[in-house]
Amino acid sequence: MFNRDNWSEIIAALSANPFRTLITAFGVFWGIFILIILLSASQGLQNGIKRQMGGLSTNTMFMWANSTSKPYQGLPQGRSFNYKNGDVEAIKERIDGLLYVSPRNQLGGFGGNNNVVRGTKTGAYDVYGDYPEFILQQPMDIVKGRFVNYGDIHSNRKVAVIGEGVIRELYLSEEEVLGSYIKVQGVNFMVVGVYKSISNLGGNAEEAQKQIFVPFTTFQQAFNYGDIVGWMAITAKEDRPITDLKQGIFDLLKQRHSINPDDERAIGYFDLYQEFKKINGLFSILTAVSYFVGIFILVSGIIGIVNIMLIIVKERTQEIGIRRALGATPWTIIKQILSESVVLSLISGMAGIIFASLVLSLINWGLEQAPNANEIPIVNPSVNLGVVAVALIILVFAGLLAGLIPAITAVKVKPIDALRVE
Amino acid sequence: MIEIRDLHKSYQMGKNSLHVLKGIDFTVKEGEFVSIMGSSGSGKSTLLNIIGILDEADSGTYTLDNVPIKNLNETIASRYRNKFLGFVFQSFNLINYKSALDNVALPLYYQGMGRKERMERSMYYLDKVGLANWAKHLPSEMSGGQKQRVAIARALAADPKVLLADEPTGALDTKTSYEVMELIQQINDEGKTVLIVTHESDIAEMTKRIVFLKDGQIESDKSVNQVRASSYV
Repeated sequence: MFNRDNWSEIIAALSANPFRTLITAFGVFWGIFILIILLSASQGLQNGIKRQMGGLSTNTMFMWANSTSKPYQGLPQGRSFNYKNGDVEAIKERIDGLLYVSPRNQLGGFGGNNNVVRGTKTGAYDVYGDYPEFILQQPMDIVKGRFVNYGDIHSNRKVAVIGEGVIRELYLSEEEVLGSYIKVQGVNFMVVGVYKSISNLGGNAEEAQKQIFVPFTTFQQAFNYGDIVGWMAITAKEDRPITDLKQGIFDLLKQRHSINPDDERAIGYFDLYQEFKKINGLFSILTAVSYFVGIFILVSGIIGIVNIMLIIVKERTQEIGIRRALGATPWTIIKQILSESVVLSLISGMAGIIFASLVLSLINWGLEQAPNANEIPIVNPSVNLGVVAVALIILVFAGLLAGLIPAITAVKVKPIDALRVE
Repeated sequence: MIEIRDLHKSYQMGKNSLHVLKGIDFTVKEGEFVSIMGSSGSGKSTLLNIIGILDEADSGTYTLDNVPIKNLNETIASRYRNKFLGFVFQSFNLINYKSALDNVALPLYYQGMGRKERMERSMYYLDKVGLANWAKHLPSEMSGGQKQRVAIARALAADPKVLLADEPTGALDTKTSYEVMELIQQINDEGKTVLIVTHESDIAEMTKRIVFLKDGQIESDKSVNQVRASSYV
């Protein structure tokens, strides 16, 4: 269909009035440009917010023990209970679709007394007993040494991973941190790692740098917790929302701790997934609005093409009459007009895509160069290639449609009437 | 070549119907050179348009080269125009953004002829009308006579059975008119059937047969002694 002759026909017709062709093309160009910029902006914002969450596993629930609010099996209401190591094993065994179940214990916190001593210096820090998986649920940068590992867990090693904030307060600047000892509530721990929190969320970035992580088993033994588990961080597999799985976990725990199945308050939890879904909902709305606005701008560009094609065909009525007198069949004429509009919309659309990608790469470059890049909540604004492809397909169809109306109009005119137009 | 029997045609002008052709019987043999004359409104252009399959008669029969022309759909009509007929118009009707050569090549393009052959043949016909040097020029760069000669080359390019010319000299001065007529006479000399519509008697006398139309009917139809256009130049 597109041999050299067809191309030269199309190019000749389009370049017969270059200014008008340019103005028309600009409508489509602008439409697809705005569409891509809008979509990328919303994608960039999404990326930015996600980065600020520091790669937190969002399919996660934190769960702790409250006191019961209903009597059950002869036990009174208001009874407090604790999770035990056995609960962790039971959850891992009985509940399907979970990725990590990390029991945690905590000392200090919320402006508590000084609980950590090193030489003559003291400080009040949150001390956590954790399993190695925890770093996968709430990522942090290990800047020196290592995080807690299973060797530590199995042999109850008294080792600690401390934050940079802790180092600032307990160490002199030139002192070697790894291998040194700190005393937590009278128990000596060897520092084996230094972490740096990467989450900017929640506004307590300062606090987040002042934590101490020790092996969970060591924590229980050293601070006399027996087999008590303070709380758990439970992450589900990617395709199984924790929100759907949590009721099964609650039922299991209620059964193990003789809690009334209807007791809604005994188990305290924070469902990160549910919260994140709200943010996601916001993003969906943002994306939808971008599509909405972009597509409507695109549509107005296409209407511009329909308009201009109608004018072009009207102006070329006589030419079409001549062509038909010389033996052009109606289909030849329709084909010609359709190809003109498709080529026009396709080229201007592609120009829009190219221009948009140039602008995007410029913005990306600017973002990377920015000195406070980490604080800008826009990261890698980009658009899905599939979306671009769909936009192009829409453009082709729109071009076809834009050409179809004037083409049919053109062919309906009898050749003799077309020739009479001066 | 052309056989017309009892042809009627009327136009709808608002509520009034205008009866333009009121029963035309008309035959043209191969190789004839016919001019159709008449005052404006006599129906001569309408007749030519019907012969050119640009318009359709209301009733009567029309046979072109033994092919009945009746109730054709537009696609077949286009093919017949391309194959049987070459058109020359008063206002030249060249496509103004195409070069002379491309204009001549257009009917061949619609025949689906390959590019190289098409260009060669177009060049041959351009040369025939004496415009080989103007092949790359646009119509806007040419004089009226040159444009009409390009139009004639275009009409001949597809080697039609009949050349139809509607006031071919209507927009030209006398000298150029005679040059164009000389060219058309040469074409007829080579055996091509030619039909022209004109209201200038000196042009009509350069043909071999004059048909007078009056109020939609043939008033007279007589053979004449052809005046060679070259005798004026």
